[in-house]
Amino acid sequence: MKKLCLKVAAVEQLSPLVKRFRFEDPTGASLPVFSGGAHLTVEMPEGDMIRRNSYSLISDPYDGSGYEIAVRREDKGRGGSLYMHTKVAEGDEITVSVPSNLFQLDLRARKHVLIGGGIGITPFLSQLRQLDMEQKPYELHYAARSREEAAGIRLLPQAAHIHVHISEEGARMDLGAILDGQPLGTHVYTCGPDGLISAVADQTARLGWPKTSVHSEAFTAPPPGEPFDVVVKSSGKTVHVKADQSLLEALEAAKVEIDYSCRGGACGRCHTKVTACDGRILHNDHWLSDDERAAQQDIMPCMSRFKGTRLELDL
Amino acid sequence: MTMQFNDETFRGDYTYHNSPEAIRRFPFPFDQDTYMYSVNIEQHPGGPQGTPFEKMFDVDEHYVAEMKDREITLAEDPLRCQSLPHMELAGWDLLELIMVSKARDYPDLFTLHRDGNDWHWVNKPLGIEKNFTFLDATTLPCGPMEYITRQTQGDFALLHERDNNLWMDAGMITSQADWSLDFDVGMNFFEWHAPVPKARKMGVFDKALKFLLAVDQGQHYRRLNWTMTVNPRLDTSPENYHKWGPEKRTVTPENVGQKQFLRVELQTFFRLPRSNALAFPIRCYLMNLEDIASKPKWGRRLHRVLRDIDPALAEYKGFAVNQKIIVDYLSQFDDGAPTTPGIFPDV
Repeated sequence: MKKLCLKVAAVEQLSPLVKRFRFEDPTGASLPVFSGGAHLTVEMPEGDMIRRNSYSLISDPYDGSGYEIAVRREDKGRGGSLYMHTKVAEGDEITVSVPSNLFQLDLRARKHVLIGGGIGITPFLSQLRQLDMEQKPYELHYAARSREEAAGIRLLPQAAHIHVHISEEGARMDLGAILDGQPLGTHVYTCGPDGLISAVADQTARLGWPKTSVHSEAFTAPPPGEPFDVVVKSSGKTVHVKADQSLLEALEAAKVEIDYSCRGGACGRCHTKVTACDGRILHNDHWLSDDERAAQQDIMPCMSRFKGTRLELDL
Repeated sequence: MTMQFNDETFRGDYTYHNSPEAIRRFPFPFDQDTYMYSVNIEQHPGGPQGTPFEKMFDVDEHYVAEMKDREITLAEDPLRCQSLPHMELAGWDLLELIMVSKARDYPDLFTLHRDGNDWHWVNKPLGIEKNFTFLDATTLPCGPMEYITRQTQGDFALLHERDNNLWMDAGMITSQADWSLDFDVGMNFFEWHAPVPKARKMGVFDKALKFLLAVDQGQHYRRLNWTMTVNPRLDTSPENYHKWGPEKRTVTPENVGQKQFLRVELQTFFRLPRSNALAFPIRCYLMNLEDIASKPKWGRRLHRVLRDIDPALAEYKGFAVNQKIIVDYLSQFDDGAPTTPGIFPDV
């Protein structure tokens, strides 16, 4: 994957839990532009390991002067967002991937409905700029528990087609009202907690929307968990996965060659065959089907973990 | 201008010809003495100096004549260029990629000045100078994809990504190996490849699609494909089969060396930034058997490949009818000596 070495140009506290970061080329050169919904993978070196998390780009996709992301601090995470919040400051150097998109707009749509829950607002911040530039009709719905937590409000334009739903203020988002009566040819995009994504899927199914008009992105950072060991079939080597490390990160630290892109269980690039499994795979991805999960012959090392006595991977 | 452009035709009197330099740099597609499908993908650009792999979009002595031939084909059949409405943005991405690459790689032939979205483009070989506004199609005489591909050698397919598949939703196709954009437009990756024998069963397309979906911005790739064409004709389309199909029957042992061409496609893959579409340029190179055999390694190898090829592939590539004449002709250049690995000629 092509990498860019950038400079942290600005860090801003948007809400008690969310910070905005701006990265620019240290020589002032223009960066590759991108499409709405694209993400970056940020490298976070700590000691002898490199953590990598993917974050949606929130800046203008056609503006190559810089990239911006918003990071929510997860105190119970494996440390990636904490690293961003506590170790990254203006003027620092930072290594990121080129933008890549697993959540693009379908520009065939007659209308776009964007639904973001919590920090799931981030991919829509670049999408709505692209929709404005392409002059496509859209409406955006942003749901958050409280106004204090709703970091995205400061990044959203004030307009009649931008709707903010704060449940603490009694303005809970009503998906039925939003989705019913949309014109034929409308596409809906959801990003946020799994519950929100499945609620939109249920509602659109009830209303008879074609599945190909319903899009979602649920990728999140890999969760921490109990440490475990994994055996690499080709070398017979045992790799130890620490509590605050993902399986993919542990394999990378052990110099095992493995492909990746999103690092959030959505793109399928790190899909790996399991050659022996005595125990239970804790699948945390959005890639494998229910049957594949149950069979325990496949694993997505970017997200998933293991509990048991022996896990051997076809690597 | 340092490059000399041939005055030549790809139809009628067929005056197309390759200079000694064009022969030396021909992208001969066989790296060994046998052929079967493979996902033979390499990074692009990159290759020895002077080869067609060195630059993003190779410009050679056939440039001006190929663009004239495209103009004739489009005047007769405008449906060779189509772009579904949602693909205009991908067309702008392609225009930017080509203009920026050509101005950088061939500064004496092309220049591009950009002030925000106010662009000034100069194409010296074709005598074009144009001011226009980037992303505003009303400032060009036609859509952005058509505008730039009327000035760039090779066919172009623009593929829209959705539902974990690729859809051929736009293209400029005038130098194709017997397939039709008008038939394929709107089809997905498996649908437009359905006529290819054997490959689906071999799992080639599943692997190829998986690879293509994972192509990121900033990483470009290429592969070579090939077929055989009688006479140096770019437009071997199904629409015009009545014009070129019968020419296959004009091959004799006496004229096969001049009349039978190896047709090589340099296929490249680019992820486009704003549209997230994939650009799939297919550049066609033609060389007759006589010129190929002027390189001893190529003469030996082509004889062995075409003699031993799977009959289904000879049929699909359209030369089964002349296979014996071709192989007999090439046998005079094959002394049985071993060949060196790789595609480049030894001398």
